[in-house]
Amino acid sequence: MLLNLVLFLPLAGFLLLMLVPRGQHENIKRIALGLSLVVFALSLGIVAGFDRGSSNFQFVTDAPWISTPAIRFHTGIDGLSLWLVILTTLLTPIGILVSWRHIDKRVKEFFAFFLLMEFGLVGVFIALDLFLFYVFWEVSLVPMYFLIGVWGHERRIYAAVKFFLYTMAGSVLMLAAIIYLYNRAGGTFDYGNILQAITSGQVGLNPIEEGLLFLAFFIAFAIKVPLFPLHTWLPDAHVEAPTAGSVMLASVMLKMGCYGLLRFCLPFYPTAARAFAPFIVVLAIVGIVYGAAVALVQPNMKKLVAYTSVSHLGFVVLGIFSFTQLGLDGAVYQMLNHGISTGALFILVGYLYERKHSLEIKDYGGVATVAPALAVFFAVTALASMGLPSLNNFVGEYLVLQGTAQVNFRWTVFAAIGVILAAAYMLWLYQRVFYGETPDSVRSHVFDMSGREWAAMAPLVIMMVWMGTLTTSFLPPISKTNAAILETTKVNVEFHVKAPPAGVRASEVADAR
Amino acid sequence: MPANFIPTGADYLRLGPEIILTLVATLIMMLEPLTSVWNKRRLGVMAVLGLFGALAAAVFAQTDPGPAFSGMLVVDGFATFFRVIVIVVGILVVFTSAGYLRRESAESGEFYALLLYSIVGQSIMASANELIVIFIGLEISSISSYVLAGFLRRNKLANESATKYFLLGSFATAFLLYGIALTYGATGTTNLVEIQRALLMPGAAPFGLLAGTAAALMFVGFAFKVSAAPFQVWAPDVYQGAPAPVTAFLAAAPKAAAFAIFLRVYMTAFGPISDRWEPIVWISALATMIIGNFAALQQTNIKRMLGYSSIAHAGYVMVAIASRSVVGTAAAMFYLAAYVFMNVGAFAVITHFSRKDEQYVNIEDMAGLGWKQPVTAGLFSVFLLSLIGVPLTGGFFGKFYIFKAALDSDLTWLAVLGLLNSAVAAYYYLRVIVAMYMKEPGESMLDLAPLGAGVKITLWTCTAATLVLGIFPSVVLDFANRYALK
Repeated sequence: MLLNLVLFLPLAGFLLLMLVPRGQHENIKRIALGLSLVVFALSLGIVAGFDRGSSNFQFVTDAPWISTPAIRFHTGIDGLSLWLVILTTLLTPIGILVSWRHIDKRVKEFFAFFLLMEFGLVGVFIALDLFLFYVFWEVSLVPMYFLIGVWGHERRIYAAVKFFLYTMAGSVLMLAAIIYLYNRAGGTFDYGNILQAITSGQVGLNPIEEGLLFLAFFIAFAIKVPLFPLHTWLPDAHVEAPTAGSVMLASVMLKMGCYGLLRFCLPFYPTAARAFAPFIVVLAIVGIVYGAAVALVQPNMKKLVAYTSVSHLGFVVLGIFSFTQLGLDGAVYQMLNHGISTGALFILVGYLYERKHSLEIKDYGGVATVAPALAVFFAVTALASMGLPSLNNFVGEYLVLQGTAQVNFRWTVFAAIGVILAAAYMLWLYQRVFYGETPDSVRSHVFDMSGREWAAMAPLVIMMVWMGTLTTSFLPPISKTNAAILETTKVNVEFHVKAPPAGVRASEVADAR
Repeated sequence: MPANFIPTGADYLRLGPEIILTLVATLIMMLEPLTSVWNKRRLGVMAVLGLFGALAAAVFAQTDPGPAFSGMLVVDGFATFFRVIVIVVGILVVFTSAGYLRRESAESGEFYALLLYSIVGQSIMASANELIVIFIGLEISSISSYVLAGFLRRNKLANESATKYFLLGSFATAFLLYGIALTYGATGTTNLVEIQRALLMPGAAPFGLLAGTAAALMFVGFAFKVSAAPFQVWAPDVYQGAPAPVTAFLAAAPKAAAFAIFLRVYMTAFGPISDRWEPIVWISALATMIIGNFAALQQTNIKRMLGYSSIAHAGYVMVAIASRSVVGTAAAMFYLAAYVFMNVGAFAVITHFSRKDEQYVNIEDMAGLGWKQPVTAGLFSVFLLSLIGVPLTGGFFGKFYIFKAALDSDLTWLAVLGLLNSAVAAYYYLRVIVAMYMKEPGESMLDLAPLGAGVKITLWTCTAATLVLGIFPSVVLDFANRYALK
């Protein structure tokens, strides 16, 4: 019930805002903010009621929706989806706060679409029926398309259409695979039933079938993650989107892909996932290094942050396809970290843009002297993003690296290059924007943060510190679910990799595979 | 069986919708010269009342299903489904066209009478159980449609549209007649059930080739009517040239009725030789989807674009036919129901938007509509998203169900290629949304009148139907599944 409220309140908000008369800008914003805060409070109730000792789905609703074919409204939450839902409900009010002044035209539609997007995103993370999952997957696409296309920057139309078509092209194949699974699993879209039918061997996919089905799901998710070389839509979409759109896109939408990999690709197709893992890992590592290297040379702040996403998400994919407990835990933790810290970076870049209407690094300099608070927030966020210990990203990256080290130490070495480059591009960005001479154009335009801007940033910085220091608040339910996922991937796989004892060279283990 | 030649009351009951529509249409023709110019709208009201009467009669006939007139017609769930579709399309088109005809100073009783006659033909097609009756229904429907396409007779494009439609249509009908003749030669009957029985008989194999040839010739006729490749070339020109509300009608009702007979003939009469025709339908389905979608990418005229899009959508329904199963038939039925609502809705928007003499029919002209008339644009977006196949719309669920039927019948590659096609299609529909919401308004926005009452009714009905079919598809799907041809 609580979970359904969290899901449907934003939809109700969307419909409500559609009915509010056009001119009432202040009221529209207040309604949107109030409603999203209520949703956030309710979602905290889910955390409170969540049984951390269980890897089962909780807060389950299972009601018939369509009789033939058998489609059910089946939702629930486990350790994997719990924090992703919270991330969504936390970032929605923050996104609304950030847009308060930034969005000055077509206000009503903007906030309505924003709430509709929350509906779609929450739905993706809690759907336990594959058809329902697909529905939410596509539903979240439409509002984001409008957010980019209507309220974005100069090349917004190109970016919006590219974003839509990339996702659409990937997901139609997933739809075909979902229907195929439905038939093979004996006429069910239910996640639990299909998983049961696969693990019990009732489905009996031959290797080619399994490989193709895996790829159909994987490509849809890899586009969304995005995995190199399918990432080209991302810089366009991130750069052209309005600030709040970039935040939701980077922080939550990219996680849909990672979530799908963990939720569907690994448990459904364990053999194929392991067979393809070496190739995927290579792409992930290329993405880590490539994303970081490209970020290093970007003259545009927003584009720079966008490319860091490619790099950071590479860590997530790397962790997932290490097939180790630590790797998976790190991947999920990194999903959340990236949501917090990259979201914060986009917000801060957005603040700068609101002041000076430029995203070019060369137009800034010495901002710290005129806007000290902004500089401090940026510094903390940048440090978190590059993986400074005691801040959140460090935990995720460390776990991923240690997890991969158990499998193949060479992967770890290459991936670690990304961490080094992260320090380089972040510090260099910080130095160019915040230190040095303060040009007159900056002095006359840039001022420090307002109370509203503080309110949007403070929760994120608190989360960075909290997630970096008290990992036990978050990690146990994640580990619990990941252990269950790993367990399913061991079925029918005779060569699963054990964590090697200390002293054994990890590469030998990998070569043996 | 001379006794059977005297129709019973039940026979007339089962022909109820056609009788009512014919009477009302004839009455409208008789009243037309007696009605003054500013009272023509009353004839439209009569047409709507007649259509509602026919709708009631069609639903009522379903309470007592069975054959009529010595098995020439049959009222079953399948027939009722399509009868209701074409009649509802008729109602929506009358609502859409009233304002349009006044705007073009072309309001007259003939328009409504022709529309009703055309629907009579389609209603007969839906319930025909016999090749000659199918032919008669098709001709009644087509000849009225030809005239409707050229209804604005001073308009050059409309004339081209009507002529092209007439010439090519007659040509295709000739093929159909050849097919009927050969079928009669092979099986000695024109009754669909009897044909099926004859082809199923143990000694029927030698006639297989003849029947196969007949099926191929009839395919030409049907493919033309549903605008399936390679007989689709007429569609874009006709849809572009015909008056916008007529295009709404042509893209919906005749197509749905043609698919009804296509399904009925191929699934019952030619069911036993489905191995022979399946490859043809398979190839045609794929070609239709690809030609429709890729040609639509290039279009700047929105009517023409929707013309190509309707070709692509015919391709999706052909996929359902290629799957040769009960699920496939149900999927085709559901899809056509969703298709007519989103298409009539889209053309109703164009009817409203195009202004006098249809001067604004380019995609670029829609620029800024989203902010000038948010309701119109919002409803249009629903139709476009449904045409793309975004979930929670009827178009999505229809497509989903068609490709599910295809996968059920192991047409995996056709399903995958079809789905990829629908991703391509997203691009050209998005162009319209881009124009409406993301471009600055141009001069086409200056004298845009508010929505007329008739168009408003059509738009809201179509939107409601599109969303209901998408969110609660069971409403229609269960009926389709129960009454799909076995």
